[in-house]
Amino acid sequence: MLKNFAFHFGRYLELLGDAFSRPERVSVYWRETLRQMDDIGIGSLIIVGIIAIFMGAVAAVQFAYQLSGQLVPNYYIGYIVRDLAIIESAPTITCLVLAGKVGSNMASEIGGMRQKEHIDAMEIMGVNTAAFLIQPKIIAALFMIPLLVAIAAAVAIAGGYLAVVLPGTIPSAAYIKGLQTFFVPYNVFIMFVKAFIFAFLLTSVSCYKGYYVTGGSVELGAASTQAVVVSDILILLADFFIAILLTGD
Amino acid sequence: MIRVVDVKKSFGDTEVLKGITTDFEPGKCNLIIGLSGAGKSVLLKMLVGLFKPTSGSILYDDHKFSEMNDAEIKDLRKQVGMLFQGSALFDSMTVEENILFPLEMFTRNTPAENKDRVNNVLERVNLQGSNQKYPSEVSGGMQKRVGIARAIVLDPKYLFCDEPNSGLDPKTSIVIDELIQSITYDNNITTVINTHDMNSVMEIGDNINLLSQGKLVWKGNKSEVLNTDNELLENFIFASPFLGRLRDAAMANGRASMERAMGGE
Repeated sequence: MLKNFAFHFGRYLELLGDAFSRPERVSVYWRETLRQMDDIGIGSLIIVGIIAIFMGAVAAVQFAYQLSGQLVPNYYIGYIVRDLAIIESAPTITCLVLAGKVGSNMASEIGGMRQKEHIDAMEIMGVNTAAFLIQPKIIAALFMIPLLVAIAAAVAIAGGYLAVVLPGTIPSAAYIKGLQTFFVPYNVFIMFVKAFIFAFLLTSVSCYKGYYVTGGSVELGAASTQAVVVSDILILLADFFIAILLTGD
Repeated sequence: MIRVVDVKKSFGDTEVLKGITTDFEPGKCNLIIGLSGAGKSVLLKMLVGLFKPTSGSILYDDHKFSEMNDAEIKDLRKQVGMLFQGSALFDSMTVEENILFPLEMFTRNTPAENKDRVNNVLERVNLQGSNQKYPSEVSGGMQKRVGIARAIVLDPKYLFCDEPNSGLDPKTSIVIDELIQSITYDNNITTVINTHDMNSVMEIGDNINLLSQGKLVWKGNKSEVLNTDNELLENFIFASPFLGRLRDAAMANGRASMERAMGGE
């Protein structure tokens, strides 16, 4: 198992080295990066929005339930939903979802190109396939996923508002007061650090899994699943270590 | 000229190529033929650098491929075009974008120059006006022709074709063969074709290499095919019972008539 891990980790690092070599033609890479930005950013906006709104709504409803009948002021619901969204749920849950949507898509796309000899065709032309296929995806993800995470945080907070203010659980003013209370800008920094690291992990791992696909459709499906599973595990591990590094004493 | 010298290739314990030595000549259609599993595709993939030989050398104009540095390999790659068995066209790109890809990646042409070049090669393969179609919107034969157009768009010195007639009807196969042959002669390209199509062998085989179980067992041209007493070649050429009967019938009318019928000189 250790040998297997060392093999994959070494090959992953080697692939990343190739992926960040100098582009043959910057304009072609730039066009591909824009296409990926559109795929990742615009293509994921709806699913991220839907998940974020429920993420905030459920958090708000459950905290309202837990705090009811206690001495804790009700505006704390806004405060808790805000910090939960910014520090944890927006970056982590959004990236776990994106690993499923964007990551599996990348693994399938690259794996399919490997199986249909597109990668061989490019290599024979003299294209650095690792760079052309992976570099634009990672760069696009590093720009777009933090943006999606920021949008998810805002939508989650709005979702919380709708879930507890509309039914009259707490007044609108209380929720807004909670949002304005104890705000620590450093938490936004933590959110973006997480978003960048998770974005890098989910795209690079998924591209790695797709790039080395062998066999047929069963193997392609397996690679796509592995891309999601490995990305998710790495995101959760990274989440834990970032929490220790950035919030520990 | 591409020279292959005592090339061996193993995958694990299985030796697929057992010491191949041959030349592929410029301005000729060089064919690699043989039954499935003979090692044709492995040899072709080694020629283009997708596989490395276990031992032996491949020389492009007397330069050993294995001793080339990255810059030399990059330069060589720009002189190589390849037509894949499944065409390997990028599905998300139009015909024009597929052909533009190598031009945009490796030349500093203006967009207008690139467009002209694309139209020229599309005309060369008789696909004028197909620029905006997607690979899924054209037939298998047209996909092959787009593949050829993409392979020749940078004016390669070497053209490799992996089973160019695979999946095509006999008439379309002849069109593809004639196209490859005329491009080879007109541009003095060293063309290497991996095939088991008998029409190709008899129509365009200027330099035929028969592989069997990883060894080169016969080498000659299409005329020599008919005068050989090599049993492996005979078994390969006349593997079809129909062709065998045709040969026997022609033989009954004299060898000369058979040679005329089979395109021999």
